[in-house]
Amino acid sequence: MRDTFSRILYQAAKADPKIGIVVADISPAGSMRQFREEFPERFVNVGVAEQAMIGLAAGMAMRGMKPFAYTIATFALYRPFEQIRVDLCYQNLPVTVVGIGGGVIYSVLGGTHHAQEDIAVMSALPNMSILAPCDPLETEAATWACARHPGPMYLRLGKAGEPVLTANAPEPFQFGRVRCIKPGAGICVLSYGVVTKMALDLAVKIERSQGGQVAAYSVHTLKPLDREGLARILTSYDRVIVLEEHSSVGGLGQQVKALAFDSGARCRLHAFSLRDEFIHVYGPHADLLQAHGLQADLIHGKIFP
Amino acid sequence: MRKRILDVSQKVSALHIAGAYSCLELVDTIYHSLMRRDAAGRSPDTFILSKGHGSMAQYAVLEEMGVISPDDLNLYCQPGGRLATHPDYGLPGIEASTGSLGHGLSLAVGMSLADNIQKQDRCVYTVLSDGELEEGSVWEMMMVAPSLGVKNVVAVVDLNDFQSLGQTSKILPNFYPVAEKIRAFGWEAAEVDGHSAAAVHAAVVNRRGDRPLMVAARTIKGKGVSYMENVPIWHYRSPNPQEYQQALTEIDRAYHG
Repeated sequence: MRDTFSRILYQAAKADPKIGIVVADISPAGSMRQFREEFPERFVNVGVAEQAMIGLAAGMAMRGMKPFAYTIATFALYRPFEQIRVDLCYQNLPVTVVGIGGGVIYSVLGGTHHAQEDIAVMSALPNMSILAPCDPLETEAATWACARHPGPMYLRLGKAGEPVLTANAPEPFQFGRVRCIKPGAGICVLSYGVVTKMALDLAVKIERSQGGQVAAYSVHTLKPLDREGLARILTSYDRVIVLEEHSSVGGLGQQVKALAFDSGARCRLHAFSLRDEFIHVYGPHADLLQAHGLQADLIHGKIFP
Repeated sequence: MRKRILDVSQKVSALHIAGAYSCLELVDTIYHSLMRRDAAGRSPDTFILSKGHGSMAQYAVLEEMGVISPDDLNLYCQPGGRLATHPDYGLPGIEASTGSLGHGLSLAVGMSLADNIQKQDRCVYTVLSDGELEEGSVWEMMMVAPSLGVKNVVAVVDLNDFQSLGQTSKILPNFYPVAEKIRAFGWEAAEVDGHSAAAVHAAVVNRRGDRPLMVAARTIKGKGVSYMENVPIWHYRSPNPQEYQQALTEIDRAYHG
C-alpha cells in the first residue's frame, strides 16, 4: 500500500502542481525518491514535529495547494489532533492526512504505534472524510480520490506487501459507495482496510461449511458512510457480518448496528472488532488480532457454533 | 478605535478588551502601513491574528477600512450577527480561524512556503500573544520555518506580560528574555515599543530579510485606560457604565486631545 500510495502521489503531483507532501520524518519508500527528485520544493520534511506538519499543510492549502501530510497513523492523528480539528476541519481545507500503519499492523512496536481507535476519532470531526482501502488496487483509486477531494481527508493505509484482493471485484471503486468485491447471496461480510483479507477467508470458510456463495464488501469510505448502500445490504441478506480492525467503540460495527435499527432491518447481524483495550501481546500482526478474537476460524465458530 | 471597542463593550460581556488594546497599534500598523495595497485596496499580503482573542482590534481596523460594516460590529456576538469573540475563516478580511492559541504561526509559514513554491511575492503577517508562546506548537514552527527557507513571514509578539491568571514574568520567569530565544531558533529578532507605530514600522521595513522576522513588541495590557492597564481581570471583563465614562474621558484626553 505504501509503495502504491507513493507511486500514485507522484503521478498526481506530475499532473497537478498544487499537490505536495509534508512528512514528519517518516517517508514512504518506493517512488517517493522520484517525487523528491522531480519536485524537491513540494516534498517537505518538518522533522519530528507533527503539529507543525498539519499546521503547515493547512497554510499551504489556504494558498490553493492540495497537500498530503504523512506519517505513522498514531502520530499523524493523535499528537496534532487539535490542528486537524481546527486548522483542517473547522476551516474545511483540502488536506489529506495519511496514516501509515492503520490498525495494529505495527504489532511489535506496541500500543504507542497501534491506531485502533482512529476511525472513531476522525469520524467525530465535522467535514472530515475517511478512506481505508483494502488492498493495493484500492489504494491506487483511493489516493486519486484524495487528490481530487475538496476537503479534509484521513487516508488509513496498512504498510507494505498487502495482497491484491479486488482484481476481480464485480464493482469499481467509487468514493462514498460501499463496494462489492465478491458476489454472493444470503450471507455477506463487510470490512475495510487490511483485515479485509480475513473477511474474504471467512467468506470461503462459511461457503465450505454452509454451502452457497458468501458475498464480501469493502466499506472503504468510512465517512461519509454510504447509508443507502448499507441499508440495501441489510435488507438484501439474511445474515450480515461486520469485521473490522478497530475498537468496538465508534467503528463500522456500531454504525451498521445503528443503521440496521434506523432502517428496520430484519437480518442477523454480527460485529467483530478489536476490544476496547490496549494490546500487550507482542508477535506477528495475526497474533495481535487473534488475541482480540479476530481470526477466521474463531469468528466462524462464533457465528456457527 | 479604542472608543469604538469601548462602545461595543457596552453591549456584550465577552470582549477581551485589554488584550485588544495592547495589540491595537500592532494590528493597525500592519494593515495601514505594512501590507501593500493596489488602487482598489487589494493586498497581496495576508494578516492572521493568531491571538484570536484580540479580535476586537482586528474588527475595529477592518471596520475603519470598510471591509466589514458598522452593522457587523454592532451585532458582535449578538443574534443575527456574524462576528464572534474569535475570528472565523471565510468572513470578510478574516484569513484564518483562530482562538485556540498556537495555530496562526504554522498557518502563516505554510502560506509563505506555498508562496515560495508558487513563485508568489506575498508577505504574511501575524500577531501572537506572549501567553501563546507557551504553546509547544509555536516552538515547533519556530524551529521549522527558517529551516525551510521561509523569509516572508513577519510575526509580532504582543508582549504585554499578562496572561489569564497573572503576570507572565511571574508565572514563567524563564520565558524571558524572549528575543534571545527567537534568535536562537534561527529567526531575525527585533525589540520595539509595541505602542509606537513608527517603531513597529521601522523594525519591519529595516529588517535584513534573509530569514523570517519575529518582533518582540513591548506593550501594556489595557493600554489607554488607567484602571485596565496591567490588571488581569480586564483580560475578559467589560466595563460598567461608570467605568465606561471614565475610559472615554481618558481615551479622549490621550488620543484625541
